[in-house]
Amino acid sequence: MKRRTLLASGAGAALAASLGLPLRAQDGPLKVGFIYVGPVGDGGWTFQHDQARQAVEAHFGDAVETIYQESVPEGADAERAITQMVLQGCKLIFTTSFGYMDATVNVAAQFPDVKFEHATGYKTAPNLATYDARFYEGRAVIGTIAGRMTKSNKIGYIGSFPIPEVIQGINSSFIHARKVNPDVEMVVAWAYTWFDPAKEADAAKAMIEQGVDVVMQHTDSTAPQAAAAEAGNVFTFGQASDMAAFKPTPRISSIIDNWAPYYIKRVQAVLDGTWESSRFWGGIGDGEVLIGDITEAVPAEVKAEAEALRDAIGSGAYHPFTGPLSKQDGSVWLAEGEVATDEVLSGMNFYVEGIVGDIPS
Amino acid sequence: MIRLEKRAQPSRGWTIATPIIAVVATMIAGGLMFAALGKDPVEAIRTIFWDPLFGPFASYARPQLLVKAGPLILIAIGLSFGFKAGIWNIGAEGQYIMGALTGAATALAFYPAEWWIIFPLAILAGAVGGFLWAMIPAVLKVRFGTNEILVSLMLVYVAQSLLAAAALGWLRNPEGMGFPGSRNLAQWAATANPELIAGTGMHWGVVMAFLSVIVAYVILSRHMLGFSIRVTGQSPRAAAFAGVNPGRLVIVCMGVSGALAGMAGLFEVTGPAGQISIDFNVGYGFTAIIVAFLGRLHPVGILLAGLLMALTYIGGEMAQLSLGLPAAAIQLFQGMLLFFLLAVDVLTNYRIRAARREVA
Repeated sequence: MKRRTLLASGAGAALAASLGLPLRAQDGPLKVGFIYVGPVGDGGWTFQHDQARQAVEAHFGDAVETIYQESVPEGADAERAITQMVLQGCKLIFTTSFGYMDATVNVAAQFPDVKFEHATGYKTAPNLATYDARFYEGRAVIGTIAGRMTKSNKIGYIGSFPIPEVIQGINSSFIHARKVNPDVEMVVAWAYTWFDPAKEADAAKAMIEQGVDVVMQHTDSTAPQAAAAEAGNVFTFGQASDMAAFKPTPRISSIIDNWAPYYIKRVQAVLDGTWESSRFWGGIGDGEVLIGDITEAVPAEVKAEAEALRDAIGSGAYHPFTGPLSKQDGSVWLAEGEVATDEVLSGMNFYVEGIVGDIPS
Repeated sequence: MIRLEKRAQPSRGWTIATPIIAVVATMIAGGLMFAALGKDPVEAIRTIFWDPLFGPFASYARPQLLVKAGPLILIAIGLSFGFKAGIWNIGAEGQYIMGALTGAATALAFYPAEWWIIFPLAILAGAVGGFLWAMIPAVLKVRFGTNEILVSLMLVYVAQSLLAAAALGWLRNPEGMGFPGSRNLAQWAATANPELIAGTGMHWGVVMAFLSVIVAYVILSRHMLGFSIRVTGQSPRAAAFAGVNPGRLVIVCMGVSGALAGMAGLFEVTGPAGQISIDFNVGYGFTAIIVAFLGRLHPVGILLAGLLMALTYIGGEMAQLSLGLPAAAIQLFQGMLLFFLLAVDVLTNYRIRAARREVA
């Protein structure tokens, strides 16, 4: 019985369903939707996106209304979640994880008058823009601090997945650690997760046992910080959010994702009717990547050196991938003074010279 | 003192009444929770149970119920065979992953051919993949007496690692700019598993789920295999006297559940999910265990239980969006529903008696 009514009513709505759904009338505030991959309280990636959403609400007041859905799995469920946001009347939707790419593309094709913004992806459409942050700029700064602070000359890096964004970060931090400390070695461990406190803690502990005394992470939980605090004499950096609870040690600085300027800019563009599809890749200079407070555990001259590098990158005077640089196999990648193109960076699948080990494939 | 007295026969009236009582109890307890969170409880309950079926966006939500319920029903039907006989396949999630992997790999071996045979071949490969993955705990149990609960569960984690390896390595889209994930199977005509009738949500996986309900009903109530399963579940000793070969039953039950879970994975990867990715699996294999018990291991019950679970998912998402309820509150609400269903279930098999004080 139930099944038959479901089918009958479904068939009745058949044609209407693809496009003719009742969309809530657009009077009153602009409705902006956010799809999150984790819970808003994850203290990292999703937390920072939600901070930016709140910044949008604070900035625009009554002109904008925001809604969000948290812990949306990347895959079959994402498309429905995004579609439901459109049906709820959202005219601008931010999908904040790479795994939402195809789902966002599909929904964007169905609703041409709704604007979509997909984080860290590479597919665009007239109503679908992408945005990303140049995390590697921040990695250069903390890589410098790491190279100065290590006593064992072993730096650990907890990678999430071997994708270009993460490999950029590994290369950038290694290049700059070695620049200030030629004896530095890098130990990379892959956690195959963005957020799993247990796995991240295991990876950190295994590294510390191998003699690593500075741990960097491209995963979002504070578990590596806690593991370092337990071990003592190990330094870490906050990832995605400031992770200030672990100040002054083990957390000696941090890379903060600050999405608020971009979100406010894009919401303003929709309000003004000037929104256009684009690929935005903002860094320190755009205020999208921030370096968190460098604590007193870091000597003043190292702090000054790191801040000078931060400002040089922010002003555009220096690019973290400036030649001469060689690939891991010794072949020349960038000649003296040559700067890596965004195209190469966004497909980066190799280590630079000096890093030991292979990228899993 | 109140005590429980076992009924000679499960009560027919209670069998029908308990799910309704459980849903009402969930609404009351859940409503209190929503009120404590500062939301209007009536509106929250209406959003979860009513809006997906009859609300303003029901024409979108109703088909989605089928999309969500399809894999749950298909996997739960397979599991119910073994569960009835006391064979505990907890690793359907792993078999689901392996079915998707083998099916997708088989299909992609032919890329970019457009032969119609590729999709049926992929379904077959998916079923075989799930079947073989389930055979590992089954054969180990029959040959060496290992515990199939542990082995099948542990193999889920192995399957997840294989999935990650495939998405990052040997199944990675060569045109994907180095990002993990396979080619999109839903966008390749030879493997696409789209809606069969637009706006209904019916894809081949949902069709297969409904077919499995019918076939399972016939087998369990009319076929010798169903008899063997029931007897083994009630009394393994009696089953042995009745000539049931316990080893063969383990192989058959594990094989059926593995093959159905594998097929569910294949239909998902070619349809709603679209591609092999690191996070392809979202727990259907585990949720299906709940669906199987919620449906009392009966095919029609599983059908209804699958749809009810789907309703709480879809309605829960709507409540998150329109009322700003946290995701955790929705999960709590789902947990309450299961808790009350199982708790009230006691009344089916037991009657409550006020114990008289007896003279010593």
